[in-house]
Formats: sequence, C-alpha cells, structure tokens
Amino acid sequence: MMLSRVAGLMKRLQLGRRAVIALPLVWLTLFFLLPFGLVLKISLSESVIAIPPYGPLVEYADQTLQVFLNLGNYLFLLSDSLYVAAYWGSIKTAFISTAVCLLIGYPMAYAMARAPVRWQLILLLLVMLPSWTSFLIRVYAWMGILSNSGLINNLLMGLGVIDSPLRMMNTQFAVVIGIVYAYLPFMVLPLYAHLTRLDNSLLEAAADLGSRKLNTFLMVTLPLSMGGIVAGSMLVFIPAVGEFVIPELLGGPNTLMIGKVLWEEFFLNRDWPVASALAMVMLLLLLIPIVLFHRYQSRELEK
Amino acid sequence: MSSARRRPSFTTVMLVLGLLFLYLPMVVLVVYSFNASRLVTVWAGFSTQWYVELFRDKQILAAVWTSLEIAFFSASMAVCLGTVAAFVMTRYGNFRGKTALSSMVTAPLVMPEVITGLSLLLLFVQMAQLIGWPADRGMVTIWIAHTTFCSAYVAVVVAARLREVDSSIEEAAMDLGSPPVKTFFFVTLPVISPALAAGWLLAFTLSLDDLVIASFVSGPGANTLPMVVFSSVRMGVSPKINALATLIILTVSLVTLLAWYFMRRSEAKRLTLLKQADNA
Repeated sequence: MMLSRVAGLMKRLQLGRRAVIALPLVWLTLFFLLPFGLVLKISLSESVIAIPPYGPLVEYADQTLQVFLNLGNYLFLLSDSLYVAAYWGSIKTAFISTAVCLLIGYPMAYAMARAPVRWQLILLLLVMLPSWTSFLIRVYAWMGILSNSGLINNLLMGLGVIDSPLRMMNTQFAVVIGIVYAYLPFMVLPLYAHLTRLDNSLLEAAADLGSRKLNTFLMVTLPLSMGGIVAGSMLVFIPAVGEFVIPELLGGPNTLMIGKVLWEEFFLNRDWPVASALAMVMLLLLLIPIVLFHRYQSRELEK
Repeated sequence: MSSARRRPSFTTVMLVLGLLFLYLPMVVLVVYSFNASRLVTVWAGFSTQWYVELFRDKQILAAVWTSLEIAFFSASMAVCLGTVAAFVMTRYGNFRGKTALSSMVTAPLVMPEVITGLSLLLLFVQMAQLIGWPADRGMVTIWIAHTTFCSAYVAVVVAARLREVDSSIEEAAMDLGSPPVKTFFFVTLPVISPALAAGWLLAFTLSLDDLVIASFVSGPGANTLPMVVFSSVRMGVSPKINALATLIILTVSLVTLLAWYFMRRSEAKRLTLLKQADNA
C-alpha cells in the first residue's frame, strides 16, 4: 500500500520533471532550431514570382515523386564576386573591430578589477549603461559626429587644422568605430568577470619570486584570463560579421558587408532563396566561432 | 612608492578614456537635442522645440506604445521560459537533450540578427501555409521572436544566480517533505528574485531595442519604435531623434540609478546580518 503510493509519487515526479524539461526544449526547438532547417530548405529551392517567392522542393504528379534540390543559389554566390567580396569585407571588418575592442577593453577591465571594491559596481554599471539605451541611436550619434559637416570636421576647421572636411562617413573607418562603440561593453563584461576572479596571491607570488610586471602579466594574468578573452572576442566578432545597421548607416559603397547584402536580397530583390543561401554560408563560416563560444559558455553555466 | 601611486597607471588612464569614448557621443546627442537649428551640427541657441515636435509626432507615439507592449509581454514570457531553462540546466543533473538545450540557450546570444530574423520569418510563412496560423504577421510574431532570443539572456542571468545559491536549502526543504513544485516557489524563487528582476529588465531593453528581427517577422500592421526611428535616421540626422534619444538615456539612467541603490542597500543589509551573526 505504502510502497505503491511512493511508486505513484515517483512516477508523478518523473512526469513532472519531464514536463519541466520539455517546456524550454520544445519552445527553443520550434522557434530556434527548426527555422534553420527551413532556411536550408529554402536555400535549395528555386526563386519564383509568387507569394511566398520560392518553388516547392517536392512534387508529386503522375505517380512520380520528384525532389528538386537546386544548388543554383550556392553556385550563384560563388560566381558573383560581389558576394565573395561581401563575406571577405565582413570578416575583415569584424576582425579589426574585435582586435580594437580587445585592445581598449582589456586595460579597462583590468583597471575595473583592480579598483577598490566599492567602486567596482559603479564602474560596471557605467560601462554597461550605454548598451541598455538604444543601439540604433548610439550608431546614429556617430552620423552627427563623423559627417562632412559634423562635429569633428567643424571643430578641426574652426581651429584651422584642416581647410576642407575630412571624409570619415561612409568609410571603413566609420564602420569600425561604430562596431567598436556599440560592442565594447560586451567585450569588457566577460573580461572583467575573469579578471576579478583572478587570485591576487598568484600575482604576489610571481612578484616575490622576482618576476617583472610585464612578465607576470604575460605568464600569469593573460593565460588565466584567456576564457574571458575568447568569450569577449566571440561576443563581438560573431554578431559583427552579420551586422546590418552599422554598415547601412555609417558605411558606404566601399564597405560591403554580408548582413547588408542579405537584407537587400531579401527586402529589395525579394529573392528569398538567395538570401537563405547567404545565411547558410554565413552560418557555416561562423560555425567554429559559435562552437568556441558555446564551449566557454557551457563551462561557465555548469561551473 | 608614493610617487608611483600619484601617477595614474596605464590601465586607469585607459579606463577613463574608454568611459569618455562611451559617453561623449551620448553627451553630444543630448546637447544637440536642445539646439534651435534644424542642422544638428550648428549651434543656434537653446530651444525645446524638438521635444514639442516629438510629442506631436503621432507615428512615433504609436510606435512607442507598440514597442512597450511587445517588450512587456516578451520580457514576461522570457523570464518564465528562461528561468525554467536555467533551473533545468543547473539543478537537474544529466538528462537527455541537455547538450541540445544548452546549445540552444547559448547560440542566440551571438547569432547574427539577420540569420535569426530570416529563419523565423520562413518558419512563420511555412506555418501559415501548413496550419493557417499565423495568418497575419505583426505583434504576435514579434512577441514570439523576442521571447525566444530574450529567454536565452534570461537563462544566462538566472543560471549565474542559481549556481551561487546554496542548493542545500532546497534539499533540506524536500527532505522535510516539501514537494518539488512547492520548494521551487517558496524556497528557490525568493532567493533568485533579484536575478529574475535583472533578467526581466534586460529582456525588456533587448526587445525595445531590436530592429532587425522585428523588421523580418513584422507585417504591415505593426511598426515598432526602432523601425520608425530607422526609417527616419536613414534620411539623415534629425533633432527630433536627438530629443527621443535624450529621453531614452534619461530613463535608462534613472532605472540604473535605482537598481544601483537597491543593490547597494541589500549588500549593506547582508553585511550587517553577517556582523550580527559574528557577534552572536
């Protein structure tokens, strides 16, 4: 009697446990994983003028089942140098921006982690606050600063440093500034989290053993903060590769980036299959960075 | 030693410069929102006319309301889903699908928005063809999209808190006969509530801020604030947008200040409790 009640409870618990696991798993599978399968599917279909603007993959007529796998979209991406150039431009721009973020962000995070404890929360909030305002408006701010009649040019011309305005808007420089500005907090946050956990006694031990400051940094601090460097870099690099808003607002014809090309294929040309193929190739290029980030993040989650 | 201390170190200088880099453009935005001239770059005296114009702009006001509504419901749903995901990952040990779940929680954090937006739109189009829902894209489809990526952020925030909390209290409650559901609501939830609030706020700002995903999954009916701002900004700088930016910056600063005040107070309370425990 007692035993069966316990067994019944156990069964209910198992059921409850499964239901709790299923809730996020089903939602994310349906709205995050499954959609990628559909992108793959549409990337293999043919573009047609219809609503929605793509052809079927499977057709059943006259007792024959036909499966169409159209690789044309992928071949098209390879044949047109515009797309290759856009992928290359994206990766180059994202790489430069990530490097600049790291060079600025690392010393910032280091100073924050070394600051008096009562200052640390304030500094952390100060670094994060801009990212809670509006991404779009923060990029927009640079339009007023960098344009030909913008703040910097007005200032330099007013001081008589230059005669004609420097062309900064619609250049690679503007895009990199925009990305660094928008993503810097996401670089600082994981770096700070790692550096603040760093055991001070290790640094003291190194100093006691006669290690110089630079040496201690290279041999102790840097390797121990590697997890933060990887996480911060991936948090900047991966979204930057697919960035649309920044090249659209600050870039120009010479700053081809794949996120913008995909947007235009989709919204202007209404070529959904080519846009899907562009997304699949981008995903493939980003696979290794995403796996790297996932490995770091799941270690953080399970620690 | 003392002379070395008086000269600020390289990293401190970088921190100050970095903060200036982050805040100067925002200061510029705020200053030029009070400019009398339409040209954002020429100062022509103090004026609040752009705020008046902003509050007369029906399109922007309607978009603000739409965005707030979507953000409220997305954040609320994301807190439920994200908390469950975080609880499952930190408290359930190993189970089938754990790797899949943890991948699907971390991937949205870095996934380029154009990919997420495109893939969700294709899903909604296919669903409409197969089951006839959603017939129209608009607020509901944006809500689903925002809930999905926001719940990943919530899960990370809440999981961090759950790992800090000593799970032995939960075990004690269950040993005393409290069923798991009751234990969760009366023991776990109160301890992690600051993280839930932080997760909700983060999800709320993320949803309010999203342009790319919303543009993909929205229909003709629903225009969110970023969509309206973007179409205006594309045409060039406009002081009305500066006025809007100032109000956003002001709101976020006030909420952050409030959050800081509460965090500091709870920290102080914890310290006094620790001291009392020591004295006792």
